[in-house]
Amino acid sequence: MSTQKTATPEQLIIIGNGMVGHHLVEQLVDSGALAQYQVTVFGEERHRAYDRVHLSEYFSGRDADSLALCDADYYAVSGVELRSSESVIEIDRNAHEVITDQGRYPYDRIVLATGSFPFVPPIPGNDREGCLVYRTLDDLDAIRAAAETATNGVVVGGGLLGLEAANALRGLNLDTAVVEFASRLMPMQVDNEGSELLREKIEALGVQVLTERATQRIEDGDASRHRMVFQDDKVLETDLIVFSAGIRPRDQLARDCGLEIGERGGVVVDNQCLTSDPAILAIGEVALWNQSIFGLVAPGYQMAKTALSTLTGGDSHFGGADMSTKLKLLGVDVGSIGDAHGNQNPGARMFRYLDPIKQEYRKLVVSSDGKKLLGAMLVGNNGVYDTLLQYYSNGIDLPDEPASLILPQSSGAAPTLGPGALPETATICSCHNVTKGDICATIDDGAVDLAGVKGVTKASTGCGGCTALLKSVVDHELEARGVEVDKSICEHFAHTRQGLYDIVRVEGIKTFTALIEKHGNADTHRLGCDICKPAVASILASCFNEPITDAAHIPLQDTNDTFMANMQKNGTYSVVPRVAGGEITPDKLIALGEVAKKYSLYSKVTGGQRIDLFGARLEDLPDIWSELIAAGFETGHAYGKSLRTVKSCVGSTWCRYGVQDSVGMAIQLENRYKGLRAPHKIKFGVSGCTRECAEAQSKDIGIIATENGWNLYVCGNGGMRPRHAELFATDLDDEQLYRTIDRFLMFYVRTADRLQRTAVWRENLDGGLEYLKEVILEDRLGINDELERQMQTVVDTYQCEWSDAISDPEKLKRFRSFVNDDRPDPSIIMTSERGQPRPA
Amino acid sequence: MTAMALKKEMDTMASQDSKTWQKVCTKADLVEFSGVAAWIEIAEGPAQVAIFYLPGDRLQGEGKPLYALDHFDPFSKANVIARGIVGDLKGSAVVASPIYKQHFRLEDGQCLEDESVKLQTWKIEFKGEEVWVEG
Repeated sequence: MSTQKTATPEQLIIIGNGMVGHHLVEQLVDSGALAQYQVTVFGEERHRAYDRVHLSEYFSGRDADSLALCDADYYAVSGVELRSSESVIEIDRNAHEVITDQGRYPYDRIVLATGSFPFVPPIPGNDREGCLVYRTLDDLDAIRAAAETATNGVVVGGGLLGLEAANALRGLNLDTAVVEFASRLMPMQVDNEGSELLREKIEALGVQVLTERATQRIEDGDASRHRMVFQDDKVLETDLIVFSAGIRPRDQLARDCGLEIGERGGVVVDNQCLTSDPAILAIGEVALWNQSIFGLVAPGYQMAKTALSTLTGGDSHFGGADMSTKLKLLGVDVGSIGDAHGNQNPGARMFRYLDPIKQEYRKLVVSSDGKKLLGAMLVGNNGVYDTLLQYYSNGIDLPDEPASLILPQSSGAAPTLGPGALPETATICSCHNVTKGDICATIDDGAVDLAGVKGVTKASTGCGGCTALLKSVVDHELEARGVEVDKSICEHFAHTRQGLYDIVRVEGIKTFTALIEKHGNADTHRLGCDICKPAVASILASCFNEPITDAAHIPLQDTNDTFMANMQKNGTYSVVPRVAGGEITPDKLIALGEVAKKYSLYSKVTGGQRIDLFGARLEDLPDIWSELIAAGFETGHAYGKSLRTVKSCVGSTWCRYGVQDSVGMAIQLENRYKGLRAPHKIKFGVSGCTRECAEAQSKDIGIIATENGWNLYVCGNGGMRPRHAELFATDLDDEQLYRTIDRFLMFYVRTADRLQRTAVWRENLDGGLEYLKEVILEDRLGINDELERQMQTVVDTYQCEWSDAISDPEKLKRFRSFVNDDRPDPSIIMTSERGQPRPA
Repeated sequence: MTAMALKKEMDTMASQDSKTWQKVCTKADLVEFSGVAAWIEIAEGPAQVAIFYLPGDRLQGEGKPLYALDHFDPFSKANVIARGIVGDLKGSAVVASPIYKQHFRLEDGQCLEDESVKLQTWKIEFKGEEVWVEG
């Protein structure tokens, strides 16, 4: 077998298009190995590779397309031939051909990625109609079809996959029972105590749990379709049975062609993933390495990487995999690390903590000298999983009192974790599953900036929600390695956002063009980019508050600011008029409804106590706003990096507990700060008493009424990294409150980084809260008069951007979908769901 | 060559044969340093094109005032490219998709983040105050 590159590429056949098989294809494509191999993939299912880990979400709204691991044209575009719905029936090793139900294909090398199949216990009656398995999308379709005429269902098997299946049956509104042969649930991962707790929690969800039940036969039922008869002649009637009693490697092809097979199944592979025939490799759940089958996706991916290396003449090896795992099964946290049962290490000692009220169980398995963590088990709360995994996988010495790791924390608030304190395993980008450790490794491998890290890891290129967090981790790690972090906003300016802000204010520069000509980097074309242009637009708006739709500012804006609406994934926009404090008259509600009806807009109440109207076509926006303005609405700035909403509870006007008029204050504040452009969006909350119904402590600015006035909290956040706002000043009267917020907000606008919310700004602020108090409350920098004056200018020059736009025909020209034709975009297609439009 | 690649190439050849210059709009319809969308007629039927206008000599050297690219964003699968922010990156004029922010070179439609993705481009020029596209 030659692995030399030749003019004609070698034929590589991958049998199996599951997660691991697909991962190998991605590796081949990304590594450029397609120059060496012509790749053909056989998948017996009709769907292209999909995410089996999240299979249960198929019953909670996701479809085959959204579970797919790649775009429909990925294989074609990449130059890999995918033959779906084609089963391989034989490997002819003499002729070097793969034989399918449709033809014969020559091969130079084969990768077996056939995975596994669900084991169905040999019970008489197991092939009756309505006896199903849970493995593929077609299986799920069959379960869904059977569930339509069923009222109850049973899952045979109380392991990980069985509980997943039980969750799926619950999702189909079936009365669900789990039948387990062993004496407890999840016998592989959890011990008796943990399993008892798991059982209690699952039973509380209405799922019946039967353990130590061996099904003897399945026959016709009386009240239901089937009757299961157990070893003690007890019976259970049910309409639907799902077998989930473990998996077995799909090694039949390998058996038939004489490859070495393990005693209990699985294709034997070496460290290079080679089978006993070096032309054939095996990866994933069909492969048996060192007597072990790895039934998790991560080790499968590692094998795929090893296979790539073997195929391309590299020397990387598969050396086993850590089977530590954390799961959420039926909403219950379950975690298992290393030797969780403590039965693989003689002399191991155990710590256990059980809270029967909160229903949490934690166990540590430590070495006989108490120094090292050998394993751990968690039920009910995986909060300490990441930390424990660090101790385990890095062999870190345990603290003197190891039990402290699993005891409840008696101190009040959990310490906030800056980028330095996050564990290596902390997931930074959940779209591409990038951990802090991955980021550090990329930097150690030579990445010198954010773009480099993003290029290698793909972090923050999915939904983008982690952009700020990613940047702070990268900056922190670079600084920790002594790299001077270039804080330039982008390649056009050698300044930070704060630096640009100071230049604009000191020199009175009013346009982007003037700024880049005077202060831009000479070695660029000085057009700017999508980083610096919106940032400068925001700075100019904070300083001078000219309409963002003015000709000089239009090319600077993100599409949302340009069209003063929020672009959605199909190119339509959502419209959110301001509803200050969440207070709205019946007439205005009716007007909103009428506009939504007339323009076929999907309507949803937002978390900020207003109403979002989705699906507006670009060309309809001016008409929609004419009608909204006529009804007394103004723009809500939902599209801008600016004040969004001031959420409020109903306050002392109606509530018997309220001590101040929280709605009145919310409206005052919203009207004062509306239109203020800032580095990022700003949210307020005002609660009328200490019960805090407006959730003000999760906002950038939170205000809670007291008997004597208002308590002010700052720098809170909900979202991806929740942070409680901190108490900043107490018992302020109305005037003091406005003045303090004026200063605080302007100081934030002036000093924060681009797209930095107040919470992150505060965490990165040298001197922290104390410094902030000194500046804002004690005027340490002597700038408070100026901050207040500047805010007053913004307040005084406010105008509704939509009112301004619809009265200017030149500005309205911008809202044509096409400049030469009124034909609407035919690719915007809506369908109906729950009585409202949605993108098709 | 796969059957699919062959078909793509044949399609490209067919459309090259039947290209004609057509008037699309006037200078007054354009937005300086930004984009607008327009319909053009090509061999396969109507097509949506994004037109970008970079007046003056801001692009040192090779600069042109007009660029025409496919309005369709292959990442979001929506017709939105004309609504992206125009700028320059690493020496080339680019537009950023308004949805997932990938950058496309105005000159040839090449995506900077993904080598395998390239937007179609058309020849475009002023004839007096009129904007003409070859499609």
